Amino acid sequence: MIKICDNAALDLRRADARKALESYECRILVCAGTGCIASGSQVIADTMRELCKELPNVTVECSGHVPHIGVAQTGCQGLCELGPLVRIEPWHYQYVKVKPEDCAEIVEQSVLQGKPVERLFYRDQKDQLCPKPEDIPFLAKQTRIVLEHCGNIDAVSLDEYIAVGGYEALSKALFQMDPDQVVDEIDRSGLRGRGGGGFKAGTKWKQVAAHKDADVKYVVCNGDEGDPGAFMDGSVMEGDPYKLIEGMTLAGYAVGATEGYIYVRAEYPNSVARLHYAIAQAEEAGLLGDDILGSGVSFHLHVNRGAGAFVCGEGSALTASIEGNRGMPRTKPPRTVDQGLWERPTVLNNVETYANVPDIVLKGSDWFHTIGTENSPGTKTFSVTGSIANTGLIEVPMGTTLREIVYDIGGGIKGGGNFKAVQIGGPSGGCLTKEHLDVGLDFDSVKKYDAIVGSGGLVVMDEHTCMVEVARFFMSFTQRESCGKCSPCRIGTKRMLEILERIVAGKGTMEDLDKLEEIAKFVQKNSLCGLGKSAPLPVISTLKRFREEYKEHITIKKCAAHVCEALKLYKIDQEKCIGCTKCARNCPVDAITGSVKKPHAILVNKCIKCGTCLSGCPVGAVHIE
Amino acid sequence: MLDPSYFAAADGFIARYGKKSSSIIPVLEDIQEEYRYIPRELLTYVADQLGVKESKAYSIATFYKNFSFEPKGKYVIKVCDGTACHVRHSAPILAAIQKELGLDGSKHTSDDMLFTVETVSCLGACGLAPTLTVNDEVHPKMTPEKAIGLIQDLRGDEA
Amino acid sequence: MSLLHVTIDGIPVDVEKGTTILQAAEKVGIQIPTLCYLKGLMPDGSCRICTVEIQSRGRSKMDTACSAHCSDGDVIFTESESVVKARRGILDMLLSNHPTNCFTCPSNGECKLQDLCYQYGVEKTSCPGEMTNLPVDDSNPFFTYDPKLCILCHRCVNTCHKIVGCGAIDTMERGFESVISPAFGMPWRESNCESCGNCTAVCPTGALTSKRKKTFRPWQIQKKVRTTCPHCAVGCQYDLLVKDNKVVAVEAADGPSNRNTLCVKGRYGSFDFVHSDRRLTDPLIKDRSTGEFRKASWDEALDLVATKFKAIKQEHGNGALAGFACSRSTNEDIYMLQKMVRTCFGNHNTDNCARV
Repeated sequence: MIKICDNAALDLRRADARKALESYECRILVCAGTGCIASGSQVIADTMRELCKELPNVTVECSGHVPHIGVAQTGCQGLCELGPLVRIEPWHYQYVKVKPEDCAEIVEQSVLQGKPVERLFYRDQKDQLCPKPEDIPFLAKQTRIVLEHCGNIDAVSLDEYIAVGGYEALSKALFQMDPDQVVDEIDRSGLRGRGGGGFKAGTKWKQVAAHKDADVKYVVCNGDEGDPGAFMDGSVMEGDPYKLIEGMTLAGYAVGATEGYIYVRAEYPNSVARLHYAIAQAEEAGLLGDDILGSGVSFHLHVNRGAGAFVCGEGSALTASIEGNRGMPRTKPPRTVDQGLWERPTVLNNVETYANVPDIVLKGSDWFHTIGTENSPGTKTFSVTGSIANTGLIEVPMGTTLREIVYDIGGGIKGGGNFKAVQIGGPSGGCLTKEHLDVGLDFDSVKKYDAIVGSGGLVVMDEHTCMVEVARFFMSFTQRESCGKCSPCRIGTKRMLEILERIVAGKGTMEDLDKLEEIAKFVQKNSLCGLGKSAPLPVISTLKRFREEYKEHITIKKCAAHVCEALKLYKIDQEKCIGCTKCARNCPVDAITGSVKKPHAILVNKCIKCGTCLSGCPVGAVHIE
Repeated sequence: MLDPSYFAAADGFIARYGKKSSSIIPVLEDIQEEYRYIPRELLTYVADQLGVKESKAYSIATFYKNFSFEPKGKYVIKVCDGTACHVRHSAPILAAIQKELGLDGSKHTSDDMLFTVETVSCLGACGLAPTLTVNDEVHPKMTPEKAIGLIQDLRGDEA
Repeated sequence: MSLLHVTIDGIPVDVEKGTTILQAAEKVGIQIPTLCYLKGLMPDGSCRICTVEIQSRGRSKMDTACSAHCSDGDVIFTESESVVKARRGILDMLLSNHPTNCFTCPSNGECKLQDLCYQYGVEKTSCPGEMTNLPVDDSNPFFTYDPKLCILCHRCVNTCHKIVGCGAIDTMERGFESVISPAFGMPWRESNCESCGNCTAVCPTGALTSKRKKTFRPWQIQKKVRTTCPHCAVGCQYDLLVKDNKVVAVEAADGPSNRNTLCVKGRYGSFDFVHSDRRLTDPLIKDRSTGEFRKASWDEALDLVATKFKAIKQEHGNGALAGFACSRSTNEDIYMLQKMVRTCFGNHNTDNCARV
């Protein structure tokens, strides 16, 4: 790759790259997000390439001959559940659930003739065909800034990134702004950290920039997206790695840092591979490393893989892990901005936060404020999963209501069921219910309801979900992932989990419920780090909103959602029962009543669910509800 | 005594990340990837080479869940039990796989050293829940039946 | 630098920027309980027991006194209702994973956890559950480790790594399964532990206890005698613990050369000779006719030695004599010996066996 020595060379390179992009006769954009790869999109891409190669008078990829056809593997196109997703440009056909055997038809019809293959189009809830992405409500109702390029360009092609405006922001910063102006722009934009807390990025940057005499400063990116049910950051890292790299380079320039680290969780091998590749490409092109674009500014980037510890998402644990230690949070002060990585001033933001930076620098903070709410400007990505019709990756303006996300974008509850709750913010978050459907989601609004936006995991739950079991699930996660440093979290999460396990096993008492609440509040107040403090949130919010469900589990041993194994009810079908009294005689606890030749019944409070009646019934009248 | 090739490989990994204490996690990751476990002698060797106390090296290795001191099977199956997969019933999938392979909560690797079964908190493919991975390759929309079929296929490849 | 003004439990105190609340409280004689805190090191912040209430700019928050810095105008409460509630909660949690068979515990009577539970009225845990159940490691000849009694304050680990620099032990595993142990969970004796026992000295519970503790109860110590360790020339200060007029153990003191630490010899091997029946208490002179030693007076013994020195010097010259001091001698004694060699013997033939 030829090195881009200065700004003029970058402009030339962009013009060339654009020309190349425009000269394609047809582009086949195959989604290469983790979801689609899992659905087999690699085979689709390979098949497409093979098929296109065989076409007469055509070259695959740009080589100066026309006509040519491009097969690009893009970042996440969004509709993960309907993958593999394929888009055909310039006709803008969006195909879903493409199988290898469909490829030939796509090439035959669409690539060569520009005709649609209708059977591969998405059908909306009214069974209407949606030929183009903008016809699909899921995609049409989003505002994509962070995910702007995901799905539109080849994820790892530097030239394509440059062609669509990549590195314009960096060149503007390097040649038209001094570092403090960049910091000011970010500060004025009101950009808040997308990783959970919603702390203002500009404030952090200012504090790090103010350390003028530090020998070295660091820019660290938290890509340790550990919330189960969240994959936004992973999608950016694998789908638009250059955007993250440009954002971090801008941060480095702004605060005067020359070294950067991206900490990626171990479960994202695609992200690690593509980041390594993209960093090498950017370095070769002179957009990263020493003397970027001939400006004299240097910035080096390193990738660290996590090794399996959720707690490394906490800032001080993350830097400890990069330093080669156990990823355990430490007390503050000193704060990361003063003494972070290797005790040097450190800017620490997450992937999505950095991915917002190039656009803010390029278009200005005023533009950023036109999106979202006053105190939470911009957009937020969410991964919408669970019992929802359209699962996938979305990006919406801050302040979008839960209703819009669940119903307009998500297409409502899967199978037409009833909405019960969403878990927002993962194991550190809480649940929102029907009454919150019209709450506009932003950092401050959600906090009022004992939940957090967090990194943006949204798990939708219908009435077949038991909220006690959900609380137990999250508690088992945080308990397993507790680093064990401070006593409230180490022991408190264990005790809460034990109580929750008793309750879902039908062995809980009302005292347990009080104790659970007491420990939850204690852990929230007294834990050392943010993760410990937020670990009880799922318990606190479900206790608040679904206390009756807890009580039912305890007093009448009932799990209304029929999820908790131990609470499944034994019942006698009144129609089928012949009144032979066998079950009543065999019942070890006399929980079955009824007179001879009349239908029997099981006393719920007495039944110990031993199953003797079920196995003994001669007519199969006993069943589990 | 560990084969000398292990130490040579470790030297290679150390050279890749530099002979400094902060290299310990990446070096251990490479060892884990290469041998599917961390031989004890190798941990001691690496710690010594990087100037890390043996106790601290062990402390680090036991903190991060990706490191294992027991050799893992040829196929490492990670069943996702992230939120999205959990609400779409990942638990029966795990149970079915464990039953098929004669494993349980405390025994993770099959006797023939072909399979190791673990749970993982999220694989980032929530849109296709429930999922599992076999050596990092994601398999979407799993059911207990599909999972058992997958294992039988893998066994077939070995035979 | 301008001072910060804070109020702790109603007492105003001026401190420099960067002072922790714990340090500020100490300045005005207010004791805040701690478990994991080790003076001179970065706060561990893990036990949370030093939690205090801070009112700052109209907002009230809880933070740990060991780590939180004072800021100007802070009004701090070290025993307010919410502080006591938090501490009781922490003790309740710790006690839920700590056996309470205190009668047979060697640390009974000098256990910080016991003291704090007593002080805050925590009689038993309110949330019993699974407890750590790992075997006792009795392999070290000088001390015993019972992980069941460990409250994971990490004082031993921080001491071993950051003060002693040995690093024999660390925190293994994580979460509720966290456990302090040598690498690979190997027996203590097989690790690179030097048995200095500084970990046992800082352990706030009975998890790490000196085997000597079995011979006495803390309240049986009648007096503590400050002295200098006789083992080498470093001059570590320690207190001899005296029970029934006998030295039963030592405790490190804050001497300028040892700062509350000791080595294995000083802690476990430097005082047993005091009560040895084979100890010399008088000068002995060998009777040439019988070949047996007989008791002599200091005058007689010194006269004899002086005469012999002189005779050797006369017969063989200055170079025939040398003085070699035992490393167990104090610096002052060794100084006197070399002085004697140089002035009386008239040569420089003097040395000391301290080569540790």
